[in-house]
Amino acid sequence: MKPPPFAYAAPASVEEALELLADPAHEDARPLAGGQSLVPLLNMRLARPSLLVDLDGLGLDALEWANGHVRIGAMVRQRALETDAAIAGRLPLLREAAAHVAHVAIRTRGTVGGSLAHADPAAELPAAMLALDARLVVRSAAGARTVAAPDFFAGPFTTAVGAGELLEAVEVPVPPARTGVAFVEAARVHGAFALAGVAALLRLDGGGRIEHARVALCGVAGTPRAPEWVGGALCGEPPDERLFAQVGERVRDELADSADEHRRALAGVLTRRALAAAAARAGGGS
Amino acid sequence: MIRVRTTVNGRVREAEVEPRRLLADFLREDLGLRGTHLGCEHGICGACTILVDGEPARSCLMLAVQADGRALTTVEGLAPGDGELHPIQQAFHERHGLQCGFCTPGFLLTTHYLLARGEDLGSDEELRAALAGNLCRCTGYQNIVEAVRDAAARLSQGGLR
Repeated sequence: MKPPPFAYAAPASVEEALELLADPAHEDARPLAGGQSLVPLLNMRLARPSLLVDLDGLGLDALEWANGHVRIGAMVRQRALETDAAIAGRLPLLREAAAHVAHVAIRTRGTVGGSLAHADPAAELPAAMLALDARLVVRSAAGARTVAAPDFFAGPFTTAVGAGELLEAVEVPVPPARTGVAFVEAARVHGAFALAGVAALLRLDGGGRIEHARVALCGVAGTPRAPEWVGGALCGEPPDERLFAQVGERVRDELADSADEHRRALAGVLTRRALAAAAARAGGGS
Repeated sequence: MIRVRTTVNGRVREAEVEPRRLLADFLREDLGLRGTHLGCEHGICGACTILVDGEPARSCLMLAVQADGRALTTVEGLAPGDGELHPIQQAFHERHGLQCGFCTPGFLLTTHYLLARGEDLGSDEELRAALAGNLCRCTGYQNIVEAVRDAAARLSQGGLR
């Protein structure tokens, strides 16, 4: 099918875009980022906005490194996360997660901000942002506010971005040395939506014991999930496959309310594998 | 209506379009370039894959207005002249990498991108993963994988045009 009619605007500044999105004549206006989720919804006529506000010309496509973090503009393409040398060196979890997003021909257009603001429960980047303790920068005409990743994802396809607001960037802290990461997922075929995906981040102290650990999952609940007890279960312990398997089993058991048996089983196994891979990369063997 | 000005296969092409005009329909209906095929119209099948500024993109998931100012390559831009095939097309032809031909334009442009990057195609598993964004429903993929490897060999001698 073809999209229903809509008006189109290509503003040149964030301020102008916010003005257009706040226009009372277009209460159902939608921002257009890379369009890789919105245009299918238009084609299937599941979305019928009266106005699309194209964000391509706002200059939100920069990666800026400063003060131990990177600020990723909302319009940075997913493909850039996959190919940028600094991301590969300092935030390899983002490179790995991005490589799982659909196919290259989607990632060249699809944006980081688009994926986060769309908040598909199966999407990889929201889970990666949870694992990395990212902060999302949301702007309105009144100014910018920062939202921690766990507070940003409110439900399936629902975020903390309110009326008259726009996701402008995401700030991701660069993990310190001796941090290992991994993103693993299971999908029916390469590039399909994840049945379950796990981002793991694990940091070792000088003695080789775990001093920080986080696991974030996608595809198994209405929002990405990062169980808070994981750090407590792992910190102070040396990396150990049996311990990781126990964490996986508890993750699996706690998903009884939100995921079917197959996805739960996958989540448990993928959690173990992701933690083991992260530990190996942190320098702790597995 | 909005005026869209693009460079398609090296030629400047312009048209007035509705905002809702998909890039694929702009190519097919407004410019008469029917080589780009539309299958699923929601980004799954890959038949409509073209190159936008040298990178593969689904022309069913882009609006024509988003292509304003961009350089596009479609299947019509591959062959050097009438009666002559691009080495990628020649390889698909000789290796039986197509049957009904519906998915072929997308495969050819995805292949063009893979080979233009000049990286090793890797194992068959890796190559199949790189081609997984394009669906074929008649040949199966074995001959397509062979055609891509054959094209890579041809181009390593002649260079990518």
